[in-house]
Amino acid sequence: MSQENIYLPFQAEILDVIKHTAKEYTFRMKFEGECKPGQFFEVSVPKFGEAPISISGIGEDFVDLTIRRVGVVTNEVFEHYKGQSLLMRGPYGNGFDTELYTEGETVVIAGGTGVSPVRGVIQALADSSSPKDKYVIVGFKSPEDMLFRADLEEWNEKLNLTLTVDGAPEGYDGKVGLVTQYIPELPLKDVSTAQAVVVGPPAMMRFSVKGLLEKGFREENIWVSQERKMCCGLGKCGHCRIGDKYVCLDGPVFNYTVSKDMLD
Amino acid sequence: MGYILEKESFNEVLKKLGEKYRLYAPVRKIGEGRFTDVDVVRYDFVNCLEDMELEAKSDYSFKELLTPLSQTLFFFTEGETKEADMDTSDVIIFLRACDLHSVKRLDDIYLNNKFADPFYEKIRAHVQFALIGCSHSFENCFCVDMESNIAPEQYLFSLDVSGDLVKSAVRSEEIEKLFQSVSAKQEEVIPAHVTENPVRVEIPDEIPNTVYQSKLWEEYSARCIDCGRCNMVCPTCTCFTMQDTFYTENGKVGERRRVAASCMINGYTRVAGGGEYRRTNGERMRFKVLHKISDHRKRFGYNMCVGCGRCDDVCPEYIKFSNIINKVNRAVKEEGVR
Repeated sequence: MSQENIYLPFQAEILDVIKHTAKEYTFRMKFEGECKPGQFFEVSVPKFGEAPISISGIGEDFVDLTIRRVGVVTNEVFEHYKGQSLLMRGPYGNGFDTELYTEGETVVIAGGTGVSPVRGVIQALADSSSPKDKYVIVGFKSPEDMLFRADLEEWNEKLNLTLTVDGAPEGYDGKVGLVTQYIPELPLKDVSTAQAVVVGPPAMMRFSVKGLLEKGFREENIWVSQERKMCCGLGKCGHCRIGDKYVCLDGPVFNYTVSKDMLD
Repeated sequence: MGYILEKESFNEVLKKLGEKYRLYAPVRKIGEGRFTDVDVVRYDFVNCLEDMELEAKSDYSFKELLTPLSQTLFFFTEGETKEADMDTSDVIIFLRACDLHSVKRLDDIYLNNKFADPFYEKIRAHVQFALIGCSHSFENCFCVDMESNIAPEQYLFSLDVSGDLVKSAVRSEEIEKLFQSVSAKQEEVIPAHVTENPVRVEIPDEIPNTVYQSKLWEEYSARCIDCGRCNMVCPTCTCFTMQDTFYTENGKVGERRRVAASCMINGYTRVAGGGEYRRTNGERMRFKVLHKISDHRKRFGYNMCVGCGRCDDVCPEYIKFSNIINKVNRAVKEEGVR
C-alpha cells in the first residue's frame, strides 16, 4: 500500500461501555483527532459489515458512539464488544457548528436516538454563559427508551429541558406527548433571531420544523440532520444522495433553506 | 493523423498492441443471452478485429472493467486486514463515443466527488481507450440530443471498418509508430459519428420541485417491476453496496466487497431499524431519471445520461427512458417554468 487507503478502518480501543437500555449502549472509543457533534464514523466488524454511527460525545482522547442494536453489524458489535476494540473510519460529514448556538436563544428538538448527534450541542448549550436562553425538547418512545439519563438530569438543572415520552405506563409522572406540542409555548424573547436544531425520525422532523416556522422562526435559523443509508461515507456509494446533495459529504447537517428543497 | 489500412494490417497493429496491453472490446456471445438462441454482446478480451462485434450496440457497457460488479476490497484473517491485490495490467478498451463520454461521469464520482477512491484510481490509471466509430444510430439511441455523439478527444486511436479497409484517426505518437510500421496509408480521418437519431429528447433547463409530485411517475409504479437491469446496463450508474462475508466454518477468514447496487431495487435506502425512503417504483424512477438529467448537472455542470439507450433496450416492461425525459419536459412546460 503506497498511501493510506481511505476505506481501510483503524482499530480503536473500547475504553468504556455505558448501557442506557437493553438495546442502546454508548461505546467510549479511544480517538484523538478533530471531530464535531453531528459527524459520524463507519464502525465495522470485519466479516459482518460497516454501519454509520454518529458521534454522541467528544473528549480529549475519546469519542462516544451510541449504538442501537437494530441491524446485522450492531448486533455483532453488542455480541463481541467485550473488553476489546472496534474497527472504524472517519469522522465523516460536516457536523454542527456549536458556536452558532451558544450565543443567543436556541431551541434543540431531538427524538429517540436523534439525541446522539446533538448531545454535544446540548452539552455546549448547558455550559454556555446563558443557559437560561436555551431550550431543549427531548422525546422518547417510552420511559424505558430514555438515553443519557445522567445528562438529562444535568441539562434539566442547567437549561430549560422538556422531557417527554410518546406513551407511558400508568403511574408515570413525567410529561406524555409529542415533542411538537411544546413548540408553541416556548417563551422566546426574540423568535426572529433564535436558532433551532431538529434531529429525529423523518415525521418528527417534518412536524417540528412546521411548528417552528409557525412559531415565527426564520428558515435560515433552522438546522436539521438527515439520516440515510451510507455505505461508504465518501460520496461514492450513492445510497445517501438526495437531489444534488450527498448526505455524507454535504450533510448530514443541513440548513433548512437547503433541506426544504431536498425532496426524497 | 489518420491512416487507412487493410484489415490484416490493422490486425498486425492489434497484435503488437496486445504485447503491451490487454485489449477489451464488445464481443458477441452466441447463445448466451437471456433466452434460448439469443446472443449477448458484452466486453471481453480480443486479439483481432474478427473477435470484436462492431455491427451491434453492446448490451452491457465497458463500465464493469473500471467498476467490477463485485470487487473485493479487503481480506480479513483473524485480526489482520489486507488490501486486496488488484490486476493492474495496462488496458485498452474499445468503445463508442457515448461510452467514452460516460468515463467522465465515472471519473467525477470516483475521483472528484470530494474524495478520490483508491481502488478506482488504481485501475483507472492503467486504462486507455480506442474509439469505435458510429456510422449510424442504433435503436433507442439519443446521443445527439445528449451531446455525446461526438467523442471527447481522450482516445488513442479510432476504428471504422468499411469493406476490407479500416480507417483510423490516431492521437498518440506511440500508436502512430505502430500504424507506420505496417505501412498504413496516411490520410485525414474523422471518426464516423451519428448526426441524427430517430429518438429525440428535450431536457428542461430547470426542473421545479412540483415535478416531484407529478402524476407522471404513477405510471411507473404500475409498470416497473424493480428488476434493476436499467442500472446494470447504464454506463453512468456507479452505486454500490458494501458487503462483508466470511467463508470458513470458524468465521475467522472473510472479506469486504463492494457490489453494484440499484436505486430501483427494494432495500436501496433501508437504514438500520427498517426506515426506508422511496417505497414505490414510481418514486424510484423519479429519483433515477432526475439524477440523470438534472441532479448530476446541478453538481457537476453537465447531464449524466449519455443517451446510449441501453436501459430501453434491456427493460422487460418496455419502459423508454427517452419517453420519460420528454414527459418530464412536458410537465415542466405545463408548470410554466422553464
